[in-house]
Amino acid sequence: MITILGKTIINFIKNISGVIKLLVDILYWLIIGPFKGKAAQRQGIFNQMIFTGLRSMPIVFFVTIFTGVVLAMQSAYQLQKMGAVLYVASLVAVSLCRELGPVLTALVVAGRVGSAFAAELGTMKVSEQIEALETMAINPVRFLAVPRFIALFFMLPCLTILGNLSGMVGGYLVGVYSLNINPDLYIQTTFKYLEIKDIYTGITKSFVFAVIIALIGCFEGLNTKGGAEGVGRATTRSVVISFILIILADCIITSIFYFSKL
Amino acid sequence: MIKKDSKDEPIISLKNVSKYFHGNKIIDNVSFDILHGETFVIMGCSGSGKSTLLRLMTGILKPEEGSIFVKGKDISKIRGEELDEVRKTFGMLFQYSALLDSLTVEDNVSLPLKEHTRLAQEIIDIIIKMKLSLVGLRGYEKHYPSQISGGMRKRVGLARAIALDPNIVFYDEPTSGLDPVVGGVIDKLIKELSEKLLITSVVITHDMQSVFNIADRVAMVHKGRIIDVTTPDELRSSQNPYIQQFINGRPLGPIDFFKEDIGIGEIFGL
Ligand SMILES: Nc1ncnc2c1ncn2[C@@H]1O[C@H](COP(=O)(O)OP(=O)(O)OP(=O)(O)O)[C@@H](O)[C@H]1O
Ligand SMILES: [Mg+2]
Repeated sequence: MITILGKTIINFIKNISGVIKLLVDILYWLIIGPFKGKAAQRQGIFNQMIFTGLRSMPIVFFVTIFTGVVLAMQSAYQLQKMGAVLYVASLVAVSLCRELGPVLTALVVAGRVGSAFAAELGTMKVSEQIEALETMAINPVRFLAVPRFIALFFMLPCLTILGNLSGMVGGYLVGVYSLNINPDLYIQTTFKYLEIKDIYTGITKSFVFAVIIALIGCFEGLNTKGGAEGVGRATTRSVVISFILIILADCIITSIFYFSKL
Repeated sequence: MIKKDSKDEPIISLKNVSKYFHGNKIIDNVSFDILHGETFVIMGCSGSGKSTLLRLMTGILKPEEGSIFVKGKDISKIRGEELDEVRKTFGMLFQYSALLDSLTVEDNVSLPLKEHTRLAQEIIDIIIKMKLSLVGLRGYEKHYPSQISGGMRKRVGLARAIALDPNIVFYDEPTSGLDPVVGGVIDKLIKELSEKLLITSVVITHDMQSVFNIADRVAMVHKGRIIDVTTPDELRSSQNPYIQQFINGRPLGPIDFFKEDIGIGEIFGL
């Protein structure tokens, strides 16, 4: 029992230091690399941006628009009792931008993109492709992890903005067609209580989530052991760990913003 | 003449190297020298540690004991850029090709060129064409590794290994999975590369025919130990029972295939 606990703790510490080392490596190649003429390939970044950004748009759109719908109906149910149905608009907008937009988008992307990172790099690892890169004196972190990191770092905030907007569209549909709020009034109320800080709080979060997803996906992939089974395990782990860390980070960042009254 | 002189100095030198996996000694106190410009063949049974030896020489694995000198540098101690500098002069053909399956044949071969040289795209294109025709794969530039056969993949791996005109090429079973004709072509290619361009070749093979075709010297590995290092001519007349069993492919002998499974040998009537 104690040995199992001990092993778990040792593994945990090993993993954390591994992830931190990967982050340091990525930042090293990101910052120092270009000066050595070893910048990440533009083509690779571009391809990853298409995959992580463009191709994630449909799922982000559908998840958030329905969330917006549900959110509007939920809050209408409560607000009707107080005769304040109009405020559905601002409630939907603020909770989407601050909280649900970034978090839901990140969770969807972790499931779609983070898992793909882990599966792809894991397959490369178990089929000796990573080893081949190393033997060719091509650093796998620079060649594989950096483009993915850059792509996700810029695409997740964009996806989050898309998520916020489509969530608000969902709210608008409920507000206008079911609660019969005047469309102009709805839009007005939406932006009346939505402050700029609500938006940047959410975007700040999404940058942090992007780092988490890219880092965990690449770490699990590059440290895959065993054959197809190992790839499966790495993929599952990347999703589970990203989910937990996203929620945890959300909690921490929200409380920082809350207590520092930002 | 030049060849003779330079042949006397070792380019790779293993000194008392041991490697453990999960507490098992997989490479057991191995020492040998590989000379400049020679074709050094490593042969041995499946699981005897040949690929592991190659991984040690390329610095992918680090030995627990001993040291491995490649071009005068202890490859097991250096890391980062210093290691990469040495590796740029390597080419390696992997046992299972290890092509990047997100890249086309052409991009796989040009990858080392694009990463390590500043050649113009037109020149890279010419080099790719040359290397691909050396291995008989012109016309497959735009195919992905999943769209070509295993033997073809292996030949692309070979083209990639020699793309940068390396000084040392490691071949992990270059002819396994190839038909005899293509196998013969590859053997000839290895021989020519080493003779004309003074490339040092380290070749792992089970194929006795290619051993006799290409080898300058042969090392026999068994259970992580070097049994003997000889020339191909001495190999035939060797009195060593391991070598005799191996080159004649006899099921019975000191290499006990059925070691722990007592009784299975009898089932097969051996
Ligand atoms: N990463 C590893 N982890 C644990 N054991 C390993 C590892 N790599 C190799 N081994 C063990 O080392 C031994 C030698 O493996 P190696 O791949 O070097 O054999 P080989 O001589 O190349 O065989 P083959 O001719 O079949 O390719 C095997 O018994 C294998 O189980
Ligand atoms: Mg092998």
